Amino acid sequence: MTLLSVKNLRVTFDTESGVVEAVRGVSFSLGRERLGIVGESGSGKTMTGRSILRLIRPPGHIAADEMVFDGIDLIRATEKEMRALRGQRIAMVMQDPKYSLNPVMRVGAQLTEGLRQRDKLSKSDAYEKAVVALDAVQIRDPERVMDAYPHELSGGMGQRVMIAMMLIPNPDLLIADEPTSALDVTVQAEVLSILDDLVKTRGMGLIFISHDLRLVGRFCDRVLVMYKGRVVEDLAAKDLLQAKHPYTQGLLNCLPRIGGNRGPLPDLDRSAEWAG
Amino acid sequence: MLIEIENLSVTYHAKGRVIRAVQDVSLTVAARESYGLVGESGSGKSTILRAICGLAPITAGTIRIDGKPLAAPRSRDFVRQVQMVFQDPYASIHPRHTIDRTLSEPLAIHGLANSDARVIQALTDVGLPTSFRFRYPHQLSGGQRQRVAIARALMLEPTILLLDEPTSALDASVQAETLNLLSRLRTERGLTFLMVSHDLAVIDHMCDRILVMQHGRAVEELTRGQLAGAEMHSAYARTLFDASADRMLQG
Repeated sequence: MTLLSVKNLRVTFDTESGVVEAVRGVSFSLGRERLGIVGESGSGKTMTGRSILRLIRPPGHIAADEMVFDGIDLIRATEKEMRALRGQRIAMVMQDPKYSLNPVMRVGAQLTEGLRQRDKLSKSDAYEKAVVALDAVQIRDPERVMDAYPHELSGGMGQRVMIAMMLIPNPDLLIADEPTSALDVTVQAEVLSILDDLVKTRGMGLIFISHDLRLVGRFCDRVLVMYKGRVVEDLAAKDLLQAKHPYTQGLLNCLPRIGGNRGPLPDLDRSAEWAG
Repeated sequence: MLIEIENLSVTYHAKGRVIRAVQDVSLTVAARESYGLVGESGSGKSTILRAICGLAPITAGTIRIDGKPLAAPRSRDFVRQVQMVFQDPYASIHPRHTIDRTLSEPLAIHGLANSDARVIQALTDVGLPTSFRFRYPHQLSGGQRQRVAIARALMLEPTILLLDEPTSALDASVQAETLNLLSRLRTERGLTFLMVSHDLAVIDHMCDRILVMQHGRAVEELTRGQLAGAEMHSAYARTLFDASADRMLQG
C-alpha cells in the first residue's frame, strides 16, 4: 500500500544570481516502511523532506507532477488543510534538540501544548498522556523530565523528548532529519531502536534522512542516494554493499572501519556527469 | 614519554554543585605516537585536552610535557609546542577576520618573520588554494574551515596537536578528506596526536592506543590490535564496540 507518492519533485530558490535548483526531479513512493535518504550536505535531502510538509519558505518554491499522501494532494492542499496534516498525520523530527525545543518553556508545557490546544484535553489528561509518551521513548523518570527546561537535559534525552512530542498525535508518517547525528554512538543505538520499535508496532511510515550511509543501510528497508538534487540510486538496504553507482560506492568506502588498513581513505569522486 | 598525565582530576563548582569532570586519569603518549580518547558526551575526554591547554582547572594530579611540569599560565614555549584543533570550525575561527589575519596572528605574537610566505605555505600544506587567503570564514564550507583551523594550529610548527573531535561536525566524505590530511601531516612533520572522538572507527583509523572513558574516569586502555580483535575486558568498552558494529570491516 502506498502511503506517499512523489513524482518529479522540484524545489527552486530565486536568488539575486538566478534560480538555484535544490531538488531536481525526485520521484519515490513509500509504504509503511523505513526509507532512508542519504547524501552529502547540499544534496537536497533535507529539502526533499521539508517539501513533503510544504515547509519551504519563499523565495523557495515547490513544484511536482504529483505529491499525494494517503489520497490527499499535497501540492494543491490549502494552508488550512496542510496545518491539519502537519504534526497530526505527518510529523518531523529535526536534527538538533538544542535548536528545536523552546529553551524558555518547560518540557512538560511543550509536550502538552498540542494536546491542550488541539485536542482540548484537560490539564491532568494531557499530563498523563505526555508521561506515557515519554515512557514510550524509554525516559526513566518522566516526571522529572516534564518539569525540566531543555538545557537541563542531555542531547540524547532532548532528542527523545522531540520524538515523544512527534508521536503523541500518532502520525502515519514520520520524517526524521538526521535525528541521531548530534548523539553519541551508544545513545544513537538506543534512539534508533526506539524509532524502529515505533515503526513496527504502530505501522508508521518513516523517512530517515542522514549523511551516514552505513547507518541508514543497517536501519532502513530501502535507500535513496541523492547527489546535487537528484536521486542517483534507489536500492534495497540489504543490497547496499552491492551498490552499482560509483557515487554510492564512494560514500560507503570513505568511512573508516575498525580493523581497516589505515591507508588513506578513498576520496569521493564527484563527477559532474552524474549530476546531469 | 612526550606527554605524561598522572592522576589528573578536574573539578568544577557550579551553583553549589560539585562536578567532577575528570577523576584520577593517568596516561602517557610517546613522541610521534597517536593516542585516542573515546567515550560518550560528558565522559571528560575533551576536558583532558582543555586541562593540558590551561582552559580547564587542574584540581589534582600533574601534566608533564617533555618531562617538564606545565607553568600556569602556559608559557610562550608551551604554545609553540602544543596546539589544539577544536570540534566546530564554525565557532573556532574569528568570523570577522580574514583567513590571512587568522593565520598570521600567531606569527605576529611570536615575532616570526616572513609571514607572507608562511601563510601561503600553510594554505598549500592543508590543500587550500592560496586565493582563499583574503576570504572570510563564512565564504568557506565546513571542511574548508576545518582545514583553516588545522593550518592555524600548525603555524607555530608545534610537535603536539590536540584534536578535539576534529571531524564530527563534517559530512562522511569531508571527514575522509580531513582524516587523510591529518595523517599526511603527521607523517610529514612527525607530529604527536592526542585525539578525542566518540566514533570508534575514526579513533581506530587514526590512533595507535586508545583510552575508553566514562563518567570522567578511565575505563580501559586498548591497543589498536585489541580493539580490532574485540579483546576488551570492561562491559562499557564492549557496549561502545557493539554500538559501532556497522563500522566493522565487513558489512
